Amino acid sequence: MTRLEELSCQISRTRREFLRDATRIALGTAALRSPLARAAALPRNKKVVVITFGGGARDQETFAPEGQENVPNMLRDLIPQSTFFTQVVNHGILGHYVATASLATGAYETINNFASLPPENPTVFEYYRKDLRRPSSEAWVVAPSNGFNRIGESSHRSYGAGLGARVILPKHLLSAALSGGHADYEHLLRDNYETPYFTPELAGGEFELQQLEDLLKLSVTDFKTHAETLSSPDELSVYIARQLMRQVAPSLLWITMHDIDIAHAGTYSLYVDGIRRTDRLCSEMWKIIEGEPEYKGKTTLLILPDFGRDADDDPGGNGFQHHRTGDPLSRTTWLMAMGPGIREGVVYDRAVDSTDLVPTIGSILGFSAAMSQGKPITEIV
Amino acid sequence: MLPSELKPETFNSYPTDAKKLVTDYVAVLRELPLSFLSGVLREAIDYDYKFPAERRFLEKELANLSRLSASEREDWLEGFTKITLSTKLERFDWVNAPAQFVEQLSAHLWTTHQLDAFRMAATRYADRLHAAVPTEEPKFPRLGITVIGEGVDNYEAPLFRKLRPHGAYFSRVAPENGLRILLDAVSDRAKKYNDRYAHWYIDGGEPAAVDPSLTSVSYLGLEPVRSALLQRMHSELLKPGMGPEMLRTLMAQMHPADLGVKSSADPVLDRFAVKLLTEGSGTQIFSTSFAQWAAREALRRAEPVTLLVRFAPRQRQKPMSELLKPSAERPELDPVGSLVDADMSAYYNWLNQQRLPGAQKASFLAWFEGHNIAVLIGPSVPRGTGSSAQTDMKQLLSWIL
Repeated sequence: MTRLEELSCQISRTRREFLRDATRIALGTAALRSPLARAAALPRNKKVVVITFGGGARDQETFAPEGQENVPNMLRDLIPQSTFFTQVVNHGILGHYVATASLATGAYETINNFASLPPENPTVFEYYRKDLRRPSSEAWVVAPSNGFNRIGESSHRSYGAGLGARVILPKHLLSAALSGGHADYEHLLRDNYETPYFTPELAGGEFELQQLEDLLKLSVTDFKTHAETLSSPDELSVYIARQLMRQVAPSLLWITMHDIDIAHAGTYSLYVDGIRRTDRLCSEMWKIIEGEPEYKGKTTLLILPDFGRDADDDPGGNGFQHHRTGDPLSRTTWLMAMGPGIREGVVYDRAVDSTDLVPTIGSILGFSAAMSQGKPITEIV
Repeated sequence: MLPSELKPETFNSYPTDAKKLVTDYVAVLRELPLSFLSGVLREAIDYDYKFPAERRFLEKELANLSRLSASEREDWLEGFTKITLSTKLERFDWVNAPAQFVEQLSAHLWTTHQLDAFRMAATRYADRLHAAVPTEEPKFPRLGITVIGEGVDNYEAPLFRKLRPHGAYFSRVAPENGLRILLDAVSDRAKKYNDRYAHWYIDGGEPAAVDPSLTSVSYLGLEPVRSALLQRMHSELLKPGMGPEMLRTLMAQMHPADLGVKSSADPVLDRFAVKLLTEGSGTQIFSTSFAQWAAREALRRAEPVTLLVRFAPRQRQKPMSELLKPSAERPELDPVGSLVDADMSAYYNWLNQQRLPGAQKASFLAWFEGHNIAVLIGPSVPRGTGSSAQTDMKQLLSWIL
C-alpha cells in the first residue's frame, strides 16, 4: 500500500465513522442486491444529474465532526437517502478546469488549466449522444465561468465536433443580459481568485443570449429581476439549471459549482460561507428533481467535489487556502449517489477513482465509455 | 545547459554574497540533478536578502551536500534523479531565473504525473537533512501572541475551538488595557534579548506604537506599495494575452524599487514586505490574509522568538475585478467575517510556530481583543482545560513567561 493509499484510507475511515454516528447509516458490504431485482426497480427514460461540489472542500469543513455544522442539509436530507463513498481519490492535476474535465472524460486530462482548450479525451456527453443517438438538447452543462466553456466537447477525432453537450455559462448570460449597468448584480458576477480577469474568447457550444427566451422561456427582464434576488454565482447556476430542467428536461445534466474557491483569497469565513451555500444548493437540486415530473423517480443524482484542499499539517501548503501540495487530503474526496435502484443510507469505504464516474454513468444510462481510464462503481449500477 | 557544465563565472549576475556562496560550492552543484538543483539555486540567488536564520540553514545544507560522498549523495537524491524533465525545461535559463524554472517544473510534474514521486523524494531528503544537520534551538523559549476581533462588539459563536485542546481556555479575562500590556511585553523581550529579526510585530491594520527594536510590518504601513501593486496588476491584466500564470510570474519578479520603495536601511525587510504582497494570495486585497501570510512567512523564514500578530477588519467581499481595481474610496468593512478569518489564522500561527525548533518549550496566547476570552498554550499549561476564574492579561502572561 502506498503512502497516499494508506492516508486516503485513514481519511475515509474517519469520515465513515462520523457519518455512521451522525446519520445512523449502515456500512455497505460486498453482498449486493440481486441485479435482476435492481433492474426491475429501475424506470425507463433514466436521467442523470451530476453536481461537482466545487471548487475544492476539505473533510474538516464538511463531513468530519467539526465540519458537520457546514453541511446540515446534506446530512439531514441527502445522506439518509444515498449511497456514500468515503474514499474517492483524484490522481490527476488539481486545477479546477482540468480536474472537472478529467471527471467529465473519465481520463486524467493534462490540458492547461488556464487555457480555453477542450478536453483531449471524449466526454461523457459525447459517449452518451453518439452511442445512444441522442440530440444535442439531451446533454447540457451549467458551468461557472468562461474558462469552462469548452468542457462539453472534446477534441477527440472519433467524437468531438457536434457530439458534445451544450454549455450555459450563467454569469456570461447575465453579463450579456445586463449589457452595461452591473451595479446591482456584482455579487453574481464574482470570479474565483485564481482567475480574476480570465475571460477567454468564447468558442464552442455555449448558450446564446437569444435562446434565453426561445429555450428557457425567460424574458431578459424576468431573468434580471430574478437574478436580483440571488446572492452568488452558484445560486444563479441552480436557477438556470432549474429553468433548463423545466423547459428542456435534458437526460444528462452536469452542474459545476465554484463559490467555494474563494478560499484562494485566504479568507476562511468566505470559504465556509461557500460550503454552506453549496450544501443548501445541493439539497435544493434534489428537491427540484423530486418536484419536476420529467425527473421525479427516474433520476440518479451524483454529487462529488472535484478534489479537496491542502491539509493544515502539510508545511508545504497554507492549509485550506490552496490545493497545490498534492497531499492525500487534497486528493481524497467523497461521492454521494441517490435515485431509483440505489441503496439508501449505505456507506462504502473502499477506494474509488475519480475516473470511475463516467463509466458509472455509462452503466446507468446504457452507453460504453470506451476510452475512460476508470470502471463502473458496481455498488450503484 | 546541464548542471555538469556549471562554472564559477556562470553565476556572474548573482548578487555579491550569493555569488560567493555558490562559487564556493560549484563542485558539488555540478553533481546535483536539475530537479533538485533548481530549488537550491532559487534559495541561493536571494541569499543577500535572506534573514540570518535562512542564511545559516542554506550554508549548512550546502556544506552537508559537499560533505557527502558521491555514492551517499546519489542515495540521498535518488528520487530526484528519477524525475524526467522535458528538453524545454533543460534549455531554460535555470541559473539566472531559478524561481521561474521551479514554477515551470511544478507544472511539468503535475502534467506528467510525477508530482507524487517528487513529493516523496523531497520529503525523504528533508527528513535526512534534518537528521544530519542539527536544528538550532532558540536562545530562549518562543512566544507567539495573536490578537483577533478588532471592531467586533458581540459574537456569540465559540472561538478558538482548534486551539483549546492544546491549552487552557479562559472566559473571564479582564480586557482593560490588554493590547498595551501585550505590546509592552513583546517590546520588553526585544530589549532584553536583543537580536536582529528575533522579535516581530505584525498588524493587519494601523500599527500601534512599539519599541523600535521590534521588527514591524503592517497592512497600513504598506499602503503605498499595495496601491502601486494594484495599479500595476490592473494595467497588466488589461493587456491582451495576460493570464493568471503570467501575472503570477510577473509579480514574483518585482523588486521593491518597481513599486516605488526607496532604498532604506533595511533592504532585507523591504524585500520581505514586498514579497508578502507580490507572492501572497489575497494579501493585496484582504488585510486578514495579509496578516496571516506575513506571520507564516516571518515564522518560516526568520524563525523569530517573539511574534505578536494583530488582526484588523478586512474589506467586504466584492467581485474580484473590483477588489483588484485601485480605488481611493474607503472600503466597506466586514468585522465579523474578519473575526472568523482571524480565528482560523490564530490556529495557523500556532501551528507554524510549533514547526520550529524548541516547540516543546514554546508558548502561545490568543485573545479576542476587548473581550474576556483567551487561550493559553505552553509547557506548564494543562491541555484541554478551561477556567472561568477572573484573571487579567498580566496574570496570563506570568504563567507562560
